[in-house]
Amino acid sequence: MATLTTVRPPAGELPARRRRRRRERPGLKGLGRSLQRHWTLYLLMVVPLVWFAVFKYIPMSNAVLAFKNYNVIKGIWGSPWVGWQNFELFFHNPVFWTLVKNTFLLSVYTVAASFPLAIILALALNEARTGLFKRTVQMVTYAPYFISTVVVVSMTILVLSPRLGIINEGLGFFGVPAIDFLGDPDYFRHIYVWSDVWQTTGYSAVIYLAALSGIDPALHESAKVDGASRLQRIRHVDLPGIMPTAVVILVLAVGNIMAIGFEKAFLLQNPLNLSQSEIISTYVYKTGLLNADFSMATAIGLFNSVINLALLLVVNALAKRITGNGLWS
Amino acid sequence: MTAQAETPTLPGKRAERRAARTQRIREPRTDRLFMVCVYLLLTVFLAVVLLPLLYILASSFSSPQAVSSGRVLLWPVDFSLRGYHAVFANPQIIQGYLNSLFYTVAGTIVSVTMTVAIAYPMSRRTLVGRNVVMTLILFTMLFTGGLIPTYLVVQSVGLLDTRWALIIPQAIGVWQVIIARSYFRTAIPEELVEASQLDGCGDLRFLWSVVIPLAKPMIAVVALMYAIMQWNSYFDALIYLKNPDLFPLQLVLRNILILNTTGGGAVDASVVIQRQQLADLLKYSLIVVASVPVLLIYPFVARYFTKGILIGAVKG
Repeated sequence: MATLTTVRPPAGELPARRRRRRRERPGLKGLGRSLQRHWTLYLLMVVPLVWFAVFKYIPMSNAVLAFKNYNVIKGIWGSPWVGWQNFELFFHNPVFWTLVKNTFLLSVYTVAASFPLAIILALALNEARTGLFKRTVQMVTYAPYFISTVVVVSMTILVLSPRLGIINEGLGFFGVPAIDFLGDPDYFRHIYVWSDVWQTTGYSAVIYLAALSGIDPALHESAKVDGASRLQRIRHVDLPGIMPTAVVILVLAVGNIMAIGFEKAFLLQNPLNLSQSEIISTYVYKTGLLNADFSMATAIGLFNSVINLALLLVVNALAKRITGNGLWS
Repeated sequence: MTAQAETPTLPGKRAERRAARTQRIREPRTDRLFMVCVYLLLTVFLAVVLLPLLYILASSFSSPQAVSSGRVLLWPVDFSLRGYHAVFANPQIIQGYLNSLFYTVAGTIVSVTMTVAIAYPMSRRTLVGRNVVMTLILFTMLFTGGLIPTYLVVQSVGLLDTRWALIIPQAIGVWQVIIARSYFRTAIPEELVEASQLDGCGDLRFLWSVVIPLAKPMIAVVALMYAIMQWNSYFDALIYLKNPDLFPLQLVLRNILILNTTGGGAVDASVVIQRQQLADLLKYSLIVVASVPVLLIYPFVARYFTKGILIGAVKG
């Protein structure tokens, strides 16, 4: 701003200044002027905005299918309304509670396991002196994040396989008979969660490491002068320092509780462990795309999205009240 | 601790050593115990992540018999490349590899272009309505239409069973838009825009010859995020594609690794066993082959990645 008032060419400057003042005026008039002046920038946004409209907002409006009985010939808007019928059918379906329970437990377990571990890894890395060892640990723990879900699931299956797997090999050494981990529904959640932890902990730790590096060193210095041990400094300096970041991550994680990934659950699933591995998203896929019951699948998906959004809003409000931090201000 | 590092003279070093010694004495005994715990913990983390990777790698270089009888631990047994031969003799895998390369390159170009096109205008404080646009975009992070409504759109646009189905519907990531916008906002000072405007430089010209060159590190990060996402995704291919010739590598992998479909009817028992052993081995080699491209790039870009995440996370 200051540059414009000091650099003042005699003639050409006047219109520019007038425009600057007008720009700050809000409303339609301001939009018109801005359009006139920056039409190339608006033009640039057109294609991405159309994309958002087509691939994000039209699907949202397509969700009315949940209240209709979809008929391919009549299309989405021509199909007859059925009110809450799809939802009622779903709620009365005996599979309903199993799905909700599986989705919820899997998700909560994932958050409970990976959230603290990422913080612990970050704190430990932060304490370690810089050197080859520290860099190696960081590089190696970060790497699995880049491996695809398909590959991670395949590795999990291979490692746990009763015929080939190294885990059963190890158990056999102690005289334990081979266990078909993936064929037993009771193991499913542990396999899902711990393979997830294996894949993402190093990645999640990076965010906390960044927050830790942002803590004012003077705080550590003064804590040292006061005779605080390392453990005390972690408790009273580091943990409060990463609190805002942790809250945001936790809110996001809880907000995603019902939206737990289709990809991994679907890949780890088999007919034997279905009683615990069938979650809402895999069920939607099967109902919608395999059985072609579009309306029902949309209704289930909508139910899931709404619960999710509600959870996110509630958790965010709670977090803001308790810690003063939230996703948005 | 290493305050004198700039002067590598003898007295400096001595002072440093002395400082280090006093430091050590001042440190309480519990702290040393604590450090031992920290290093132990880090070693456990390292081992837990590294051992499965080594096991897969070692198996992939072993003989089919050694793999099937479970003799491989962390070092190849009866070193052989038969698994890799089998991988590269499979036309499905080669086709998948080529497809994935195409999807990754084309998808990344489309995604990066679209992301810059929306993120740059929104970073300019002079644009009216950018907050409305941002809110609309952020909302898509919180609420989605769901699987079937999206599928119906892709179907009605005519993308089903075409290569574009893997590129267009997930072209823009909201997270990447946030990263790009924050970067443009912090790295391109408003004064620069004003100065170039005085020189008669239009918005597009400014974007092309000033902003993009300045934003190269961020663009590299965003491009890599998109590229890795493309390379690793299988779900879109699973729902949108029917033609096996279009399948990306990940879908081929799933068919071979998880669904166990490596065709061929067998005749006698020994052939079956041999084929089974080779199929087992092939899985390990395939895992390595599929992950290597991504893992090869990763050490070079890890630093930028960290920075990219930070920009997005801290200033979002």
